[in-house]
Amino acid sequence: MFSYTIRRILYALLVLLGVNALLFLLYFKVFSPDDMAARVLGEKRVTQEDLNNWKHEHGYDLPTFYNKSAGTLWERCTETIFWTKSIKLFIFEFGNSDNNTDSNIGKEVKQRIPPSLALSLPIFFASLLANMIIAMIVAFYRATYIDTWVLILCVIMMSISALYYIIGGQYLFGILLRLAPVSGYSHGLSAAKFLILPIFIGIIGSVGGGIRYYRTIFLEEINKDYIRTARAKGLTEGRVLFKHALKNAMIPILTNVVVSIPFLIMGNLLLENFFGIPGLGSYLVDAIGKQDFAVIRSMVFLSAVLYVSALVCVDISYTFADPRIRLK
Amino acid sequence: MNIGEIITRLWESWYFHNSIVGILVVFFAVLIWKLSRRDYWREAFHRTFRRPIITVSFVILCIYATIALLDSIGYHTTIKDEAGIALRSKTTGKILRDKKGITVLDILIKPLKHSKEKTYSAPLAKKQFTKEVIVNDDGTTRRDYPLLKHPNKHILGTDKIGDDVLYLAIKSIRTGIVIGAITTLIAIPFALLFGITAGYFGGLIDDIIQYIYTVLASIPSLLLIAAFMILAKQGLPQLCIIMGITSWTSLCRVLRGETMKLREMEYVQAAKAMGISPFRIMLRHIVPNTMHIVLITAVLGFSGRILSEAILSYLGIGVGADTLSWGMMIADARNEMTRDPVVWWKLAASFIFMIGLLLPANLFGDALRDALDPRLRTD
Repeated sequence: MFSYTIRRILYALLVLLGVNALLFLLYFKVFSPDDMAARVLGEKRVTQEDLNNWKHEHGYDLPTFYNKSAGTLWERCTETIFWTKSIKLFIFEFGNSDNNTDSNIGKEVKQRIPPSLALSLPIFFASLLANMIIAMIVAFYRATYIDTWVLILCVIMMSISALYYIIGGQYLFGILLRLAPVSGYSHGLSAAKFLILPIFIGIIGSVGGGIRYYRTIFLEEINKDYIRTARAKGLTEGRVLFKHALKNAMIPILTNVVVSIPFLIMGNLLLENFFGIPGLGSYLVDAIGKQDFAVIRSMVFLSAVLYVSALVCVDISYTFADPRIRLK
Repeated sequence: MNIGEIITRLWESWYFHNSIVGILVVFFAVLIWKLSRRDYWREAFHRTFRRPIITVSFVILCIYATIALLDSIGYHTTIKDEAGIALRSKTTGKILRDKKGITVLDILIKPLKHSKEKTYSAPLAKKQFTKEVIVNDDGTTRRDYPLLKHPNKHILGTDKIGDDVLYLAIKSIRTGIVIGAITTLIAIPFALLFGITAGYFGGLIDDIIQYIYTVLASIPSLLLIAAFMILAKQGLPQLCIIMGITSWTSLCRVLRGETMKLREMEYVQAAKAMGISPFRIMLRHIVPNTMHIVLITAVLGFSGRILSEAILSYLGIGVGADTLSWGMMIADARNEMTRDPVVWWKLAASFIFMIGLLLPANLFGDALRDALDPRLRTD
């Protein structure tokens, strides 16, 4: 058990090392700092001098792995692109933004986590609850008209891009009916009035796929032997479904839930962007718009860290929940 | 010349597109012919088309595919001067050719392309959407809605620069289909190669391949695409490549699991005992038995990719402004929705065309899965 945990954590570190190496390869081997400078400064009427200046300002002009001109051996290894741009991600020193060299990425990220969570947590829990309840009802009425029509509605909702929900919802409730502000944010409790519309839209957007997913899980459970036993005992269909099947379906549902937790911190990119909520999602959208490479790199690494650690938590918690895995 | 330039060069050449279209058509024809000779696939085919709605979906998908195909066959037109004589390059003496060229679809919908207006006009309107200064016959001026050059001709109106919205939406079909199809065609060989070798050999090879796809899968795909696309310029080929790279991992995992199961089957064991090489076993016995998984994943993933394209193009890391796509149409529409009175037809057009493709694709994908996946068979 203990050795399993250690092994699992070590493997997670190895994966993060891989993510870091991939980012390094992409930014400094496949493409080069010259490409970055050219992307920011534009292609035309740019001299090599401008490129060099940009690289120097943002610390991209250092040697890749080994700095011969530096003093001590330590400095020779640390004053390099590999150390400052790649290794430092590991100790969560993200450095400064490429676009605004005064703003520290780490600080910015910390400030932006609460608004992101304020948006994504309610969406997450409300849509989880709504999806599961509707999915259970649909599974209860399986192979009837209710089932067919809900499924068709789900497929239609899945075929609509999230952008339409957001643009449509914003127009209908924000501009036509004036029920909620179109965009903006304030800290503290007064944020609620700005959040209510994006939360509602977020839930609507997740319903289509969610109901189908949970319905499949419930139906898989329904075909198992213990359900037949429960029915043979003479239990009502409702009791079989809502008590026996639900309990056993919790294992796949929980896996899905835990794995999606890290994405909650990253917030909802599109909703934050459309409604002007200053969370991590809109930070990323801004960084894409301004071609802020340092921010993108940090966000990629950060999200990988969150995802990998969530997976480790799932695996370790399984060993508590399921003795079969513990014994393996 | 680096890889990026080679890809852009290839992408700009119609020889490349035409030959790819030819290869794809032949490939699918052979595939369908081969599959139609197997009972399992024939039965699955009949099961899929049991419900009329699926047949309708399939027909709609075929129409979209045909439009995309017609829009992918084209040639470079020669640039002519006023007298109609082809221009030649001053240095080499070669006939100059238009870079963008013209497609078969362009020829078919020529009237739409050339019915350009000045600016916005509502669907089927007689007059322009915005007021302009008009000079009366007696020399005085007034501000009024001017008559359109092609009144009542624009079924879905025109956009800010006066292009027919229906034309834009039809031309966007190709972008959507190319993203859905090329991404899949890039992802499947990777997934097949890595998934099946990992599952079949196990051991160190399995560990390495598992490590590679765990690393790729632990980065949210949107972020990895963003990281790549802000370095590479926006464009359709780049987008297909990076979406292909990010999307093979899930299929690879499924194929690996399936191969581990198939490896222990009696017929594979028998083949092994007869001394057939691992490569041949994989090709003859394992790949055909995972085809249903590949097909289901490909069809079900198709709509997801078109949805991603819309979001990526909206975020400015998609196909770029010089490629027509539904995502770019939505991105334009965002500002149009804040106008008063609201300009809704561009958003509506992209909505209709997108749901017209995605709904049949999802329905067809579901029907295919139910028909092919033995686990879901109940009777």
